[in-house]
Amino acid sequence: MALYSEKVMDHFRHPRNVGKIDDADGVGEVGNVVCGDIMRMYIKVKDNIITDVKFNTFGCGSAIATSSMATELIMGKSIDEALELTNKAVVEALGGLPSHKIHCSVLAEEAVRAAIVDYFEKNHIEYDREKYAPKEDCEHCHAHDE
Amino acid sequence: MRTVYADNAATTKMSKTAVAAMLPMLEEFYGNPSSLHTTGQIVKEKLDEARADIAKCLNAEPNEIYFTSCGTESDNLAIRTAAELGAKKGKKHIVTTAFEHHAVLHTVKKLEKQGFTVTYLPVSAHNGVLDASEVEAAIREDTALVTIMFANNEIGTIQPIEEIGRICREKKVLFHTDAVQAAGHLPIDVKKQNIDMLSLSAHKFHGPKGVGVLYAKRGVRLVNLMEGGAQEKGKRPGTENMAGIVAMAAAFKESCANMQEVSVRLTALRNKLIDGLSAIPHSALNGDREKRLPGNVNFSFEGIEGESLLLYLDDVGIEVSSGSACASASLDPSHVLLAIGVHREVAHGSVRISLGEDATEEDVDYILEKLPPIVADLREISPVWDALEKGTMTHRI
Ligand SMILES: Cc1ncc(COP(=O)(O)O)c(C=O)c1O
Ligand SMILES: [Zn+2]
Repeated sequence: MALYSEKVMDHFRHPRNVGKIDDADGVGEVGNVVCGDIMRMYIKVKDNIITDVKFNTFGCGSAIATSSMATELIMGKSIDEALELTNKAVVEALGGLPSHKIHCSVLAEEAVRAAIVDYFEKNHIEYDREKYAPKEDCEHCHAHDE
Repeated sequence: MRTVYADNAATTKMSKTAVAAMLPMLEEFYGNPSSLHTTGQIVKEKLDEARADIAKCLNAEPNEIYFTSCGTESDNLAIRTAAELGAKKGKKHIVTTAFEHHAVLHTVKKLEKQGFTVTYLPVSAHNGVLDASEVEAAIREDTALVTIMFANNEIGTIQPIEEIGRICREKKVLFHTDAVQAAGHLPIDVKKQNIDMLSLSAHKFHGPKGVGVLYAKRGVRLVNLMEGGAQEKGKRPGTENMAGIVAMAAAFKESCANMQEVSVRLTALRNKLIDGLSAIPHSALNGDREKRLPGNVNFSFEGIEGESLLLYLDDVGIEVSSGSACASASLDPSHVLLAIGVHREVAHGSVRISLGEDATEEDVDYILEKLPPIVADLREISPVWDALEKGTMTHRI
């Protein structure tokens, strides 16, 4: 068995929706370079629907594949639906990830959420700040910092 | 598609000579060397021969060679021996470096929990090469052991072993070296280099996996990691892995005989690869350029992550390894790169290319053709590279 499934490798080799959106309605960046994975998500929103999404990722195969899959999963969806996206759903859509790679997929969920929060902020739309507050740091990275 | 296996520091392909030496041990010479009948005694002779051959390549005596199951076991055995001998005399201090293999680091860490004090010499001042005087300064009255690797497995840097050996001899401190990456690739002479204990592992020099050696100078009484029969003077019991041992001896003899020629050729290829990769902007060689293993190239590329690079290289048949956190199960970037002062963010974007003795100029050209555009593509999709380009983040290299 290879490290990653064919599905993961397909998204890694041919990532969907790579790039930037210059006039994005929301941009979210999560992760940090010291830990080794960073994702930046751009969204265009029209009538509460995500009409376009692009990403930039610095990270491993799993980070790139999950970013790619997350963009596919939220494209054309309503903001509310996109906010419901979980890393579990992304991993399932990819047909699974090795257990020590799950942490990389968490970022995809966080990046989508960060882009939507940015959209809310820019457009003065009320949202549940407590629930969707941007995380200061990627907490999963610190468990191993002795 | 072309395949360039460039991960020889991880393991090597067995040489034809080693395979040829191994097969009869499986099919024909199946006896137990401890048996007194003819079938056993033929095998006992093979065991003695292997021991003598290996001793000769190290300039050691045959009775100073102990067969083990791997480099890891040899490291454990050496360090535990020194710890026990030291503790008997109230000496509970160990000197090592911050960038040893985990077989050494985790063993001394365990001893720390048992009351030993360990000095981890920094290796950042001279790009992964120790200054022997630092070893001298670190040795104390209660130092039981100095254990310093011969050559580093990630960045290939070679330590001043002979000087360190001389210092240890003068200070009457046991000196062990993990020579797993050096054996078969660099000249070793345990007498001239004043080495008391030395670990090696067959699979790093075209022998089989799962067999190694601990050289222990006469007079160093090994402790037992396992209890059992009388094999290896009772110090390392268990019926010998004859096929492995005989193949290891054949591979070691061959590697030592070809060392000079291979080393010259590989060094030239390595330097060509280093020069070629240096043309990539914001990239850097890790480890001293001269004092490094002939086949080792270790590079960091800013703004990208090593596992992705590794996987894209694999897609074009180039097989390397990476020091990135995500390429390991531990989620930490390589302790070796951090120890030589590479910034964490840069350490994530590093790969080790370790050429084997059959590497060709075409292999190097192929790597130089394929690798730079992959780095460029990964930078294209990297938010870090974007930030570096925009100047919202500062370049480290
Ligand atoms: C420097 C060093 N020490 C020890 C080892 C462990 O050797 P083995 O795999 O035979 O246990 C290795 C191999 O990975 C190594 O490179
Ligand atoms: Zn990752």
